[in-house]
Amino acid sequence: MAEISAGPSGHSAAIVWWRDERKRALLWQVLVVAGVIAAIWFIASNTIENLRTLGVPLGLDFLDFPAGFAISFSLIPTDLDSSIGRLIVAGILNTLLATAICVVLSTFIGFLVGVLRLSGNYLISRLATVYVEAVRNVPLLVQLLFWYVAIVKFFPNVRQSISLNDMVFLSNRGIYAPRPVPQDDFSIVLVALAVGIAIAFGIRRWAKRRQEATGKQFPIGLSALGAILLLPILVSVLLGNPVEWELPALQGFNFQGGIVLQPELATLVIGLSIYTAAFIAEIVRGGILAISHGQTEAAYALGLRPSRTLRLVIVPQALRIIVPPLTSQYLNIAKNTTLAGAIAYPDIFSIIGTSLNQTGRAVENIAIMMGFFLLLSLIISWFMNWYNRRIALVER
Amino acid sequence: MKSIKYIVASVALLAGMSTAAHAASTLESVKAAGKVKCGVNTGLTGFAAPNDQGVWAGLDIDLCKAVAAAVLGDANAVEYKPLNAEQRFTALQSGEVDLLSRNTTWTLSRDSQLGLDFRAVNYYDGQGFMVRKDLGISSAKELKGATVCVQEGTTTEKNLGDFDKQYNLGMQPVKFKESTDARAAYDEGRCDAYTTDASGLAAERTGLKAPADHIILPEIISKEPLGPAVRHGDSQWADIVSWAHFAMLIGEEKGITSANVDDMKAKNAEGTDGADAEVQRLLGITDKLGEGIGLGPDWAYNILKQVGNYGEAFERNVGKSSPLGLDRGLNALWTQGGLQYAPPAR
Ligand SMILES: N[C@@H](CCC(=O)N[C@@H](CS)C(=O)NCC(=O)O)C(=O)O
Repeated sequence: MAEISAGPSGHSAAIVWWRDERKRALLWQVLVVAGVIAAIWFIASNTIENLRTLGVPLGLDFLDFPAGFAISFSLIPTDLDSSIGRLIVAGILNTLLATAICVVLSTFIGFLVGVLRLSGNYLISRLATVYVEAVRNVPLLVQLLFWYVAIVKFFPNVRQSISLNDMVFLSNRGIYAPRPVPQDDFSIVLVALAVGIAIAFGIRRWAKRRQEATGKQFPIGLSALGAILLLPILVSVLLGNPVEWELPALQGFNFQGGIVLQPELATLVIGLSIYTAAFIAEIVRGGILAISHGQTEAAYALGLRPSRTLRLVIVPQALRIIVPPLTSQYLNIAKNTTLAGAIAYPDIFSIIGTSLNQTGRAVENIAIMMGFFLLLSLIISWFMNWYNRRIALVER
Repeated sequence: MKSIKYIVASVALLAGMSTAAHAASTLESVKAAGKVKCGVNTGLTGFAAPNDQGVWAGLDIDLCKAVAAAVLGDANAVEYKPLNAEQRFTALQSGEVDLLSRNTTWTLSRDSQLGLDFRAVNYYDGQGFMVRKDLGISSAKELKGATVCVQEGTTTEKNLGDFDKQYNLGMQPVKFKESTDARAAYDEGRCDAYTTDASGLAAERTGLKAPADHIILPEIISKEPLGPAVRHGDSQWADIVSWAHFAMLIGEEKGITSANVDDMKAKNAEGTDGADAEVQRLLGITDKLGEGIGLGPDWAYNILKQVGNYGEAFERNVGKSSPLGLDRGLNALWTQGGLQYAPPAR
């Protein structure tokens, strides 16, 4: 019978199914999934039942209700008639904006401080150490409140605002600057910018090929920057500068017109970036220290300058160690933006909070917010994993 | 982050809370625990704030105490849970507190959509504005384009929107999660005005660097009846909480104070000439009205003895002898032209 049939295909049929490791594993997985589904179902039905006994309605219809409250900062136009859903979208954009700026800024400061901590200069490395230790050991909320009060206190009242040439105004209401208002021909300038960028990429490719072929170097950065900047500027001048500037002016209680950087966004970005940079600095330092000193010596022996050694030899190798923990710092940034409500920046949590209070739909509002943060975190992780694979050591 | 965790935890509690446990009456669970869990303000002088000895005091606190005195016979058997504006309703819904006594406005949507019930008003209020004197304005309608500091999660936010729309003011609200931060930002000049309940303005002004440099504008832009809230669906507990407040009102009406309640009890003993029948019923001398709401005969006696009547509570917390110095105004007894009116104890 089949019991003694040889060959790999007949092999598994020989044993009872629960002795088969693979099938057992499958069974466990099915059980776990079923358990999770049952738990979710239980929680959901229980919540619905509880809300029903309390007489609380459930549903997403509230997203269409007129909000009736204003928000102080938004990337999309909103007013007192906007729906709650629209304000939540505005909150999401505000969170994304703050997260994006903080990621860039904290990475920059973090790399700088991480490298400076390893500097041979005693004073500089000490200062970097003090920064890292001081910032890491004070709760973020305290730091944000500190920066907020510091900024609001440091800048004068609106009526005594500092004016730079009557164009830029600094006060505790924010930094007001002229707003560019594009005129008819402005699209041509944008086309010129696109062409400039394309040229820059072209130069880079050409220069790389040439270097590979001949070993000759070419100032890529400078020439690319030139192409990106010069071409649109030239076109703009030729067209007679198709941009008008709307100047801010003090009217009544506040400045009207222009663009403004409010103290709330500034505080969030500064506070959160400085905080996260301290952690990133340590990650960078660790990554660099993990690269054997022999690499540096070898690079020096080849005649590379210290700055090039760092840029071309050490950092590319260190990045492989740095990137995975860096991902979790970026995830932290996204989550930490929810402290914004303390300093009145209208992020998603702050708008969800108001919506929750006005509509009473706690479960739905929290679900929307959790869904958003889950998605954002997944996107950040996915992107960082992709980047990590790209820079991973290619074994030859 | 603290507050986000708090809210998520409350929602989780709402999800996890078994329906059976929820069915048990609040009165039973309070008696079993031996204390009333009372949701209060995080710190609003006169309404709910720790005093210089670190003991909670205020008009809202006195209501928590009155409920504890009525139910447990001990005004101090209260566990205070400070809640900010945003946290308060979820905390009550999820059963984290038995009672919310936190300058909370009774509105139709809160009464109907949040799974809560409001039955009494312990302070009739309205929303106002505070500005710096040197701004040189005398009416809220002059606040065109002004920046206004507000606390998030309050009725204040929406009233401000309504007022703005009505008078086309284009004001810029700057919204903080915590009132302390909102007040500090206003104090530092981030905002031209600060808005909240008029009583709240009076309380917050005492915490500014130079209270005398600020004025409260005359406009009252809304009705803010502040009162205790309980979970929807437990009418017995709702009765107890509202009658704790009414007992304090009747006490004032009848001139019963914490100092003279024993005398009053003796003077109105059964069969005494000229005894006041309502006082007899309230203090449990004749009828046992307390039984109807699941309480002992001494429920109102305990409130008046241990906490005092409404007038006493008002005076010591927010009245002329307190730092707030508020008038009785709408909160005078109906016999004095105010709105505080208790249904009869009979
Ligand atoms: N009565 C209004 C406002 C109540 C309110 O929260 N007021 C603020 C400003 S006075 C407050 O008490 N904040 C203190 C806190 O959040 O603990 C409402 O029910 O929404």
